[in-house]
Amino acid sequence: MNLTGKKVIVLGERDGVQGTALGECVKAAGGSVVLNINQCFV
Amino acid sequence: MDLEDQGRIKAKVEEVGQGDVVVILGSPSVEAAEMYAETVTSGDPTYAGPLTGIALRLPVYYISEPEIKEQIPREVYRDQVEMMEMVLPSEEIGARVKAVREKLNSP
Repeated sequence: MNLTGKKVIVLGERDGVQGTALGECVKAAGGSVVLNINQCFV
Repeated sequence: MDLEDQGRIKAKVEEVGQGDVVVILGSPSVEAAEMYAETVTSGDPTYAGPLTGIALRLPVYYISEPEIKEQIPREVYRDQVEMMEMVLPSEEIGARVKAVREKLNSP
């Protein structure tokens, strides 16, 4: 799956890899983040 | 998955279309990753949220799966993900997400 030009939904999690970090990776790989969700269970 | 988040995903997919949409997960556990992966492929497995009975059939990957990792510039991956990759059961999570994806592609 080539991320270039893809519309990416990132589902991050506070105790895992966070949404902002996933978004940076997607953008650097050529995809565009259309929705960034960060789950947070406390 | 949070019911409100399910609604946000459903609305976004309706807005942009399913064609080029990909989901990338950063879940900390195998169980959470599997549940999210199932929610965005075959629908909410808990039958509680807006995606109940709605099979979006979106391609879903874990951030550390080689197919995704190799597309991210090395320094970006190192700064954003590498430390969590080391402390989480990343290979196991990736394998489980891949299994959900393959189930989707089987006839």
